[in-house]
Amino acid sequence: MSTAVVTVNRGLFGGLNLRKKTLLIIGSTSLLLLAIVVSSVFLGEEPLQTNFGSKNLAPSLEHPFGTDWMGRDMFIRTLEGLGLSILVGGLASTISTLLTVILGLLSSAGKTADSFVSWLVDLFLSIPHLLLIVLISIGIGGGAAGVITGVALTHWPSLTRVVRAETKQLKTQEYIHISRNLGRSKWWIATRHILPHLVPQILLGTILMFPHAILHEASVTFLGFGLSPHEPAIGIILSESMRYLSAGYWWLAFFPGLSLLIVVLAFDMIGENLGKLINPKIAHE
Amino acid sequence: MHLKGENISFEYKKNDPVLKDVNISLRSGEVLGLIGDSGSGKSTLCKILAGYEIKYQGKVTMDGNEIPSKGYNPVQLVFQHPEKAVNPKWRMKDILNEGHLVSQDILEAFGIKNNWLNRWPNELSGGELQRFALARALSPKTRYLIADEITTMVDAITQAQIWNIVLNIVEELNIGVLVVSHDRNLISRLCHDTIYLKDINNV
Amino acid sequence: MGNKAEINPKKELSTGLETVAGDRKKTEALLTVEDLSLSFTQYASGLRQTELKVISNLSIQAYKGEILAIVGSSGSGKSLLAHAILGILPLNAKLDGKMEYDGKKLTQERKKEMRGKEIALIPQAITYLDPLMKISNQVIGSVEKEKESIMKKLQREVFQRYGLKPEVERMLPHELSGGMTRRVLVSTAVISSSKLIIADEPTPGLDDKTLNETLSYFKDMADKGCAVILITHDIEAALKISHKIAVFYAGTVLEVANVEDFKNNGENLRHPYTRALWNALPQNKFQAIKGHQPMQDEVIDGCIFYDRCSKKKAICSRGIPQLKQVNGGVVRCNNAS
Repeated sequence: MSTAVVTVNRGLFGGLNLRKKTLLIIGSTSLLLLAIVVSSVFLGEEPLQTNFGSKNLAPSLEHPFGTDWMGRDMFIRTLEGLGLSILVGGLASTISTLLTVILGLLSSAGKTADSFVSWLVDLFLSIPHLLLIVLISIGIGGGAAGVITGVALTHWPSLTRVVRAETKQLKTQEYIHISRNLGRSKWWIATRHILPHLVPQILLGTILMFPHAILHEASVTFLGFGLSPHEPAIGIILSESMRYLSAGYWWLAFFPGLSLLIVVLAFDMIGENLGKLINPKIAHE
Repeated sequence: MHLKGENISFEYKKNDPVLKDVNISLRSGEVLGLIGDSGSGKSTLCKILAGYEIKYQGKVTMDGNEIPSKGYNPVQLVFQHPEKAVNPKWRMKDILNEGHLVSQDILEAFGIKNNWLNRWPNELSGGELQRFALARALSPKTRYLIADEITTMVDAITQAQIWNIVLNIVEELNIGVLVVSHDRNLISRLCHDTIYLKDINNV
Repeated sequence: MGNKAEINPKKELSTGLETVAGDRKKTEALLTVEDLSLSFTQYASGLRQTELKVISNLSIQAYKGEILAIVGSSGSGKSLLAHAILGILPLNAKLDGKMEYDGKKLTQERKKEMRGKEIALIPQAITYLDPLMKISNQVIGSVEKEKESIMKKLQREVFQRYGLKPEVERMLPHELSGGMTRRVLVSTAVISSSKLIIADEPTPGLDDKTLNETLSYFKDMADKGCAVILITHDIEAALKISHKIAVFYAGTVLEVANVEDFKNNGENLRHPYTRALWNALPQNKFQAIKGHQPMQDEVIDGCIFYDRCSKKKAICSRGIPQLKQVNGGVVRCNNAS
């Protein structure tokens, strides 16, 4: 009955166990995303000066993503656009999660509240996301506030549904009944017994909501209902580039699009690996 | 001092009664055995007495009064599977003290070691968890203990250990105990009286 | 029971402890487990991985036509033994030791191949049945088209034998009562003509009638020549039908006793733990010894029962006692003679 440290893994990260590998992946991807946000914030407007002397240049060492029709460096523009997208997506998902927590707890309060929540979930799920975002965004008057509200108001239903189901299942547990019999209040049970079980689910749900939010923000902006044209958003860049694609300036759309894809995949990867750590069934393997 | 269930009927499905006009009475300090076949509704009766199941017909009273649905319930129920009766995300000390601060005397009586208190539920065996569940339920405010097959899942030694302690404590606190078991030998060891719950349903 | 136990106890013991070559007369053990140990790799706090040993130095044999009960308290590792034999342990488990079935090594591939056919598990709960599949399909399992009608006939016969009405075969698992579920699970084992049957805690919470009925199914199977391993914490139930009782404690077998040894005050029992278990029964003395089974992560150098033993000597705290044969049984105790 001795305790010994064992390492069983081989391969690329030889010597690291699964938990270390998973944390490494999560850490490095988060660092990449953080770097994008931070650099986009600190770069400011200056490198985006127009320079008609070097317009429509193909990718080179000096301009890795090429330049656009006003001579602006596409790498910088993409970076700024991604940073903005991540911020908008992050803010929207956070608001969405808050809504989820509130509605989830509400649904555990009583029968009427629960059927109201499930009605609301069904209602929002029955309308196509994109349409709803566009409607809300226009209704509020467009711009950053419009997009954030639109995305935030449309992304909570599926996570709420998960949370609600989980809450329902938890409430049938014997230890919840016992807690009530020991004289604990509904609120006490909700915060001490139920919420701790939901936190990992909610955390994971939020992170997996990120890529959706970002893509939706970009597509709404691309369609012209989102962020205003003078903001350096990825959606704007892409929609502007469309006009130059036929002229053979492929890099204008290619690199920003690819970068957006990478960012979205990075979030997905974080979520997936975090899921591995949280899931008790595979956490020890 | 009586815990009384009068004319209790219960059905999960319409016209398919599990309990029909059951009468049961438990005095303070009494250890009463309840024997019944599988499916005779023993567990349902336990849940009704302890206020876990509320959609029944009939009346449950303590000293002639109804038992309030809020606050500490003087009728505590302990189940067969202790691992379901604890929140897997809590440490044992939090589980133990959820209802009241369990006294050192009771901990010692149950043989709960101090280093168990910092452990998680999945690190303890069923017998050990059941001690926690009982210590948690036997607060000074508890008047009646409903023990629904509490030692069915443990070995004979642990069973004897647990019951010796429980009998000591309930005698000291003058708590009435309903012992539900299928094991007639155990019931005749423990109980002053025994009642039989037959299929639909003559006590 | 008496005339079934025609096996000479001295000879069958020799298979476990020293391999007797060329002894053709003795009944071969269907399943031999020798010096088995099982540990789990787990994450401790943070990033460290630790190994948790749950079974150590375990040896048992199961013989055709015999019921071997494995009796132990919860947390002693007895269910994990069943999972190890069936090859359904989680990925972070590490298994050491020797396992032989029908004289050949029992590898993971062989376990997989024989699971549900040669070797069947009768679990405690309904959760083992597929909730969306009709009973008859689950009981018969997957067979070739030509065989289907024969199997169907066989299934009807078996159902009839166990008092299951014909309409049961079209039901879904949730429509069955507890007793019916048990009979369905037993039928599954019978139809698959398994030779080794492992029943994991089949009895808790049953009233006397149902208990005896369930036990009689196992006795039936043993009488037909199956080897039955009955895993339980309920020593009374085990005594009713078993031929031999292996007493499990903290991941190993402390004693293998014959059923006849359990009588009076347990003088014939070899290990103090077994004696304590016998004397703790409500119909005997209802006497509890002090202390607890050690936790899985506690490191113990000597005999694992040392703390609770009333007859311990200095030697018992140093080194694990060797298995020895005493009076037709096996025991792991320095004081037994």
